[in-house]
Amino acid sequence: MLAWTIYLSFAGALVEALLPKGKAGLARGFALVVALAGLVIAGLGFAAGVGHGRVTIVDVPWVPAMGIHYLLAADGISLVLVLLTGLAAVAGVLFSWNIELRTNEFFAFFLALIGGVYGVFLSFDLFLLFVFYEIAIVPKYFLIAIWGSTRREYAAMKLALYSFVGSSMVLIGLLAAYATSGSHSTSLVALGHAGLPVSFQMWAFPLVFVGFGILAGMWPFHTWAPTGHVAAPTAASMLLAGVVMKLGAYGCLRVAMSLFPHGMDPWGFSLAGIGSWRDVFALLALVGIVYGALVALVQTDFKFVIGYSSVSHMGFVLLGLMTLNQIGVTGAVLQMFSHGVLAGLLFAIVGRIVYDRTHTRQLAELEKMHLVRRLPFAAWAFVIAGMASMGLPGFSGFVAELQVLIGAWAAKPWWTAAVGVGIVVGVAYTWRALQRAFFSDVRPTAEDHPRTGWHDLAPITWPEVAGVSLLTTASLVVGLYPKILLDAIEPAVKTLLAGGGQ
Amino acid sequence: MNGFPILTLLTVVPVLGAVIALWSGRHARGVAMITALAGLALALVVWTQLPANGSIGLVEAHQWAPSLGIEYHLGVDGLGALMLVLSAIVTMMSIDAAHRVHHQPGLYFALVLLLEAGLFGTFTALNFFHWFLFWELSLIPAFFLIKLWGGAKRGPAATQFFVYTMAGSVGLLLAFLAVFLATGSMDFGHLTSLASTGELEQIVTAHLGPVMMWLAVGVLAGFAVKVPLMPFHTWLPAAYSEAPSPVTMLLTGTMSKMGVYGLLRIALPMFGHQIAQIRTPLLVLAVATVVMGAWAAAAQKDLKRVFAYSSVNHLGYCQLAIFALAIPATSAAMVTSQAAALNGVILQMFNHGITAAALFWFVAMLQERSGGRRGIDDFGGLRKPAPIFAGLMGFALFSSLGLPGLNGFVGEFLIFRGVFPLAWVAATVSVLGLLVTAAVILTVIQKVFTGPVPEQWAGFPDLHSGERLALAPVIGLMLLIGLAPQLIVDSVNPTVVNLLAHWRF
Repeated sequence: MLAWTIYLSFAGALVEALLPKGKAGLARGFALVVALAGLVIAGLGFAAGVGHGRVTIVDVPWVPAMGIHYLLAADGISLVLVLLTGLAAVAGVLFSWNIELRTNEFFAFFLALIGGVYGVFLSFDLFLLFVFYEIAIVPKYFLIAIWGSTRREYAAMKLALYSFVGSSMVLIGLLAAYATSGSHSTSLVALGHAGLPVSFQMWAFPLVFVGFGILAGMWPFHTWAPTGHVAAPTAASMLLAGVVMKLGAYGCLRVAMSLFPHGMDPWGFSLAGIGSWRDVFALLALVGIVYGALVALVQTDFKFVIGYSSVSHMGFVLLGLMTLNQIGVTGAVLQMFSHGVLAGLLFAIVGRIVYDRTHTRQLAELEKMHLVRRLPFAAWAFVIAGMASMGLPGFSGFVAELQVLIGAWAAKPWWTAAVGVGIVVGVAYTWRALQRAFFSDVRPTAEDHPRTGWHDLAPITWPEVAGVSLLTTASLVVGLYPKILLDAIEPAVKTLLAGGGQ
Repeated sequence: MNGFPILTLLTVVPVLGAVIALWSGRHARGVAMITALAGLALALVVWTQLPANGSIGLVEAHQWAPSLGIEYHLGVDGLGALMLVLSAIVTMMSIDAAHRVHHQPGLYFALVLLLEAGLFGTFTALNFFHWFLFWELSLIPAFFLIKLWGGAKRGPAATQFFVYTMAGSVGLLLAFLAVFLATGSMDFGHLTSLASTGELEQIVTAHLGPVMMWLAVGVLAGFAVKVPLMPFHTWLPAAYSEAPSPVTMLLTGTMSKMGVYGLLRIALPMFGHQIAQIRTPLLVLAVATVVMGAWAAAAQKDLKRVFAYSSVNHLGYCQLAIFALAIPATSAAMVTSQAAALNGVILQMFNHGITAAALFWFVAMLQERSGGRRGIDDFGGLRKPAPIFAGLMGFALFSSLGLPGLNGFVGEFLIFRGVFPLAWVAATVSVLGLLVTAAVILTVIQKVFTGPVPEQWAGFPDLHSGERLALAPVIGLMLLIGLAPQLIVDSVNPTVVNLLAHWRF
């Protein structure tokens, strides 16, 4: 059943492309129906799939000569991420309700991107996974280059180049693995059991991990993320931060870590306490957490604050993966879900609800607008999203970070201390942005009025209310009752960590 | 009452009230008042239903997220129940005092009620996750109450308050993660019983190495900011003076008690041995808090700041007693002293909550009558035009000073009775704090209420009957507890004995 999420999205994209131009309402309505259908299927599939381990959905030979199969399957991790994609898709459509320029094309690219993402999360054949992964990159480029804002061509090109460099690294690693294994299959399971030599894993692991890690915003390869997020139209930044960065993290876990588990073994010597690739990547994750938070603290552009916060939050995911223990990796997967929902929400508030009305994202200018009085809905939505994002208990972010922290304690206690710094700075930057953008007391001067959008702001529309409600509810439900997702994630992580690939 | 989830109800009522208040505009204060009354009634019911042996009663336990050790686990003993009653009373006082909120009253009273819910949750939760949820969530309404309704420098004050407390919480969180990692439990009862046999330290050391002392420091940091303990108090004067007075009543009356409560419910039970090892430096800090708080209060010109620093001083006594009693008891006399000190701490929490809230209420009334002035030198001779005002505020001031016969005396007496045998140097130096506090309070009385009446205050309006009616029960409570402290001690003492029996230093 879950496979229909992919087909529906691609079919929807095709129909959107063929819709008559100028009928914006039709294009929107149709996109919403497709996205909702995807979410419903994802939800039903999730409910049906929890507790059944890995379930094969489709398995037909595709390129028999090379052992490539069209193999879709889902375990608990896939289910959670498919559900996330469904949520992000619906919210993305709702927050793109005001797109008037080439509406049908916009939603065509949008749905194609969603279809690719669903595909990645459901592929258990390496080649197929890689195909979907590449499919997802192309629409992203166009979404930014056509509908973007600040330096959109630059940002779109940067994102595409980073993505392609990353995927070529992945491709090299995967081809080498296929060749080395000598097995006649590209199935993840088969390759996982192929017993690749340790010396091979030692160089293939970092290659593939970094390749995927680029898209996950791994420091120091994160620089595409802030510029890309800022330039992208709201729905695209929601998807970029919400699900595309998760593609990278998912690849790290599903491909790099499960195919090359011995790549994380100690080297046998250590330099300044770094004795394995695992230590290296954990260190990069830690730097990402702290660096992203510190940089977010000094941004003057509201959207850049959120952009850098994504780098920091994705650091938690990567750190969780590198703990290599049950609770840490579970936390990493939960953080993928949580950050997907929350980053989507934050970008929606900043990009759609605020920017589309005020036409500025400069905190110095927003300060003078007293948005808490003029856009109370946006202000309180940001309060909730900010609270959730800084990891206040009761929201999904807390449970996820909690697990990552426990996992990190178990792996190396000093990691946790460094993360503690990141959390404190996280509170500071969120609160600074909140204060300056919505709750400032700065009085505007007379000449500010015409320039800073002192005109009447358009009222909040129903799609915005619906989108905000959808995402906050998701975060709150998972935060208060994490068992919903943990029941799916925990067994899947257990099997994955037990080795042998799957 | 068996099986009826009264503690859950207690937390749910203010949340529901908040939702209703949010949509009831001008009538929000009435809604909040009714909700707070219901909260007080429930808290009093809880108080009467405590188990006689001082153990935890009214327990509710349900599964939540078992793989993370998260349980829905509620219960109260004498300490928790007393804090519930205090929170309910102070919240009512605060709502009563806030009759001049014209800007978005719905939101204001919704936030006040959410804060009350956070307090109720914190004082009843017995699982770290559950407790931490409310501990953090109570911050949010407090922040916005300062930020949106505060004085001129409210922005920085609110942020400082929030970021300091959050930073403290991170220490707390990390320490508990480590404990969970080692023991697989976040349950206060389970961890306390592990700690009481010394097993907790063994397990943690076996899993994580010799980090137990660091964990204790992390936990202490979280509470030291909240209470506060010098030198972590710097957020307090700004927050207390910039917050609108009714909110300051909540901050000092109830939120500071969350910190002391945490020390008693979490720090001493689980890290008592570690605290005993660093007892001397902690005592130095507590004494510094007592003495410096009093001196700083003496140096202030703004009445709100005077009372803010005087709060630091009063809560310093609580911490003095808490650290002083963290010593292995070698004789029956020592156990008696520990029990006296602990009884004193709990009484002092309650008394300071009532008294400090009353003082800030009086400041609010002064401001209303004087066009917002609250400088200690702005007034004079108010005794003549407003005798009842002066008389009632005099009760509160003398209670704060610790005059025998009023509530403030009993707690401080028991604290010093307990601390002298356990740490006589610290106790002796702290007496200095008592003296300076007395001087501060007397100065306030002198400058505000006695002396010649400046012309502008000749017609200073006295309390009207509504205000007298609202204040009468509060002043009555001060007298009642001052004259009959056994009303509280009788219920608290079994809890004190029970707590001490489970602590290992």
